[in-house]
Formats: sequence, structure tokens, C-alpha cells
Amino acid sequence: MKKLMKGNEALGEGAIKAGCAAYFGYPITPQNELTEYMSKRMLEEKRVFLQSESELAAINMVLGASAAGVKAMTSSSSPGISLKQEGLSYMAGCELPALIVNVQRGGPGLGNIAGSQADYFQATKGGGHGDYHLIVLAPSSVQEMFEMPAQAFALAEKYRNPVMILADGVVGQILEPMEEVKVDSTYHGDRSWVLDGCQGRAPRKIRSLLMEEGALEEHNIKLQKKYKVIKEQEQRCQKQNTEKADIILVAYGTSARVCYSAMLAARKKGLSVGLLRPLTLWPFPVKAIAELTGTAKAFLTVEMSAGQMVEDVKLAVNGRKPVHFYGRAGGGMPTEEEILKEIEKI
Amino acid sequence: MREELIVAGFGGQGVMFTGTLLAQAAMLEGKFVTFFPAYGAEVRGGTANASVIISDEEIGSPLVSAPDTLIILNQPSLDRFHRKLKKEGQLVVNSTLVQPEALKNIVQGVSQVPASEIAEQLGNIRVANMVALGTYLKIKPVVKLSSVNEALATLLTGKKAGLQEINKKAIKAGYEFSK
Repeated sequence: MKKLMKGNEALGEGAIKAGCAAYFGYPITPQNELTEYMSKRMLEEKRVFLQSESELAAINMVLGASAAGVKAMTSSSSPGISLKQEGLSYMAGCELPALIVNVQRGGPGLGNIAGSQADYFQATKGGGHGDYHLIVLAPSSVQEMFEMPAQAFALAEKYRNPVMILADGVVGQILEPMEEVKVDSTYHGDRSWVLDGCQGRAPRKIRSLLMEEGALEEHNIKLQKKYKVIKEQEQRCQKQNTEKADIILVAYGTSARVCYSAMLAARKKGLSVGLLRPLTLWPFPVKAIAELTGTAKAFLTVEMSAGQMVEDVKLAVNGRKPVHFYGRAGGGMPTEEEILKEIEKI
Repeated sequence: MREELIVAGFGGQGVMFTGTLLAQAAMLEGKFVTFFPAYGAEVRGGTANASVIISDEEIGSPLVSAPDTLIILNQPSLDRFHRKLKKEGQLVVNSTLVQPEALKNIVQGVSQVPASEIAEQLGNIRVANMVALGTYLKIKPVVKLSSVNEALATLLTGKKAGLQEINKKAIKAGYEFSK
């Protein structure tokens, strides 16, 4: 049976159904309904909910819970996510699984509270210091807000890596019918590293400070090997009408929804347009895009930013076809009509 | 069928509830629907608005830039939104709170209903939104009244269950007002 749910709340319920045992967060619009929802539901489920004194505290609580082998998450919006970057770098260094949700709003700075996609670079290219990657998932509907936490935890545990769900204010705030499908709540991957008390066994250590000669370089080589495997195996995207289409729209999240409308309008006008929607932003679906460079004549990337993901599209297309860009920054949102105009210009 | 609608009024007039109710009713009928609230610095007494799209087909963008219908509960909302209405669009306006001269340049279909007045007569001014919704559903039956009543039963539960009746009455009054 379908249920009318708000994106933020669907994400909360999805995380609970995925077995999330501890939530730590600090309020910020436009993700407040998620924190509020967890404050009620986590207690009902007799799990941990904690409103921390700051974003820094929340991410470090997640770090601690994860090190103890607990499925843990935090959520925030852009300025709050910036504050969490130190913790994220430490967690990536320590190889700790966890779910981090960013319901993006306009920036830079405190910006505004409108939906935005301007944190793409921060999410996919590191964000904090050091050579590391988060795995990044991009939901575009309330249904996916519900289903992605389970996918995120599974990936996080399989690869021992923090995973970010990169949503935006629009998908967080809309209400849509959704199906409460069964999601995976098992713990994936081995737990031989978990700090759960060393009585009767040798103590374990989790740390990101590696001062011994060559130890940090060796650790980085290991991390890069892992990232290579993730890049090879976990690229995900959704393709609609891309086969033999002349123009391929590339967009994620809310932009992809507007592109979907624009694609239908363009096809009604007889234009050959398809849509490729990355579901993973890191690893970026390079293979799927590269494959389309054979048949497509041009690509048009649409973002609620001044142009960030378009760089990855260009790398994937690798000069074989022109890559165009249309975006609105600062909380602006591209309209169907604007995208249609851009398509007609090509 | 595709209907794009904006509901707007003072914060506290039940703008969000009207939109959510319509979305819930549309879902019960198996339609595709999105509800997108303006979530800015809206406070009680400030202005609030929400966009609803109801369709037989999958909905892409949940934003409404040119609505088929505007349900307007107060004067500032009319001033803010009436230019966005489609040429052949429909305006449902709470005439208790909107000056008649404000409507004289509007070329689209206008349905005036003294929603606040009717609600007051029913004994609860807070259901003016439901009166306007009733009038709208008479002009544009995008969902059945029975689905809206069923949706009320889903949304008004617990402490609020007692409010189902007055809401139903208000919807009916608005529906019957529009002859």
C-alpha cells in the first residue's frame, strides 16, 4: 500500500528499516524534519537518538559509534556538512562505515534554505583533507529517499567507508506517494576490526595517525586500491531513452526530475533526447556515459549549481562529443522551459 | 489529466493542510501526485504557499511555475500569484478577505467564495480553507469528494479525529456554494 510521505521523513524511516541503531544530529533547514522524525521514531524503536551540541560533536559521535560496530548516521545541510569535514576525513582514514546525509541548500556561506546542488565537489572530491573518497548516492524521489539508506549502509559496511546521501532541499521537502518496500537490514562485511571489548583477545586499534616510516603511504596505497575496486564495481545510473538519442541530458536529484519533464516535452516536439541520471555520484558512472559517446551527438549537463558535475561528464566523454552545461546557482532552480531552450540551441 | 495548483494564504489558514489533503486524496485514487511546500521563513500570520501536481502520468519537476488553478485565501497571496496563472486558468478566491477591485483586471475564470464567512457560520473560522477547497472541487473535480473525506480520516487522527466532521461540513458547504 502506498503512503504519502515527506522526503526527509522517508529517509529517516528508510534508515530505521535498514537497521540504523544510532542517530546523531544538530538541526538545520531544510533537513529538520529528518532530525525531528528520528527524535520520535528512534525512541519508539528503543534505539539511540542524540541531538548534539554541534555538528562537530555529531560527526565524532558517529565516528565513535561506528568504531564500536554500530550502524550509525548523521544528517545536516550544506553549512553543517562543511563543519563535519574533519570528522569525515578521519573516518575515511580509519575506514569506518557510516551514513551521512546532506540535504543541500544554497551557498556559499550560510547562503539560503532553498534546494541546491552546489556541494557536489565537496561530496565527491574529498571535502576534508587527504586523499580519500566518500561513496555518494543521489536520490531524486521520496521512494529513493526511503530506499537509499539501506543501500548506503550496505556499501559502507562492504567497503568500510563512509557513504553520503547527497539530497537537496526540494527532494527533502516534497511529499509523494511511496511504497514501504522491504529493505536490507543485515550487517555486511566482516567485523574483525570492531572495538567491542578485548577481554580474551588481543586489543585492536583504529586510528588515522600513522607516524611510522612509510606507514601512511602504505595505508594510502591500500585505500586507493579499495577506491579502484569501488570505481570498477559500483557505478550506478538510470537511463531513459538514451539508446540512439542525439542529445543526452545528464542530471541527478531534483535537476533530473526537471530534465525528465524537459525530455518528454522535447520528444513531443520530435527531438531525439534521452536522460542519464547518476545514482552514484562517486563512483561516477563513467562507463555508461563513455558508452553513449558512440551514438550521442552531444551532452547537456543540468545542475542546481554553477557547474560542478559537468567536469566529471567532460572527463567521461573525454572530448569525443561536445558537453554543454546549464545551471542555476544560489538556490535557483532550472525550469523545464529553460532546459528545452538549451536543448533547442544545440 | 494533469492539474497544477498553487494554494496560498496566511500562515495558519491551513494552506499546507489543504495541499496535503488534496495530495492524499489523489494518492488514494491511484494518481501520481507531488506536494511541494514553500518552506521559507513562513510563520503564523506570514504568507504560506504550496504547489500540488496531480497527474495520470509520472511527474518530473514538482515545481509549479504556471498553475492551472490558484486557491487564494488572502489579499497578499492574490497580489503575489495571480500573474502566474495560466491564460485559461481558474482562480478560486476567498472573497471575505480579498477586495473586489483587486479582481477586476483578472481575465481568467474567477470563482469568489466568502470562505471565511461561511466557515464562521459553521462555527470554526479555521475551516475557511476547506470551504475554498470544496468550491474548487465543484468547478474542477480532480478528485472525488469521497476520496477527500477518506483522506481526512487518514490525516486527522488521534486528538484531531474530532475535527473530521467540521472539515467535511466545510468542504460540502463550499461545494454547494458553487452552483
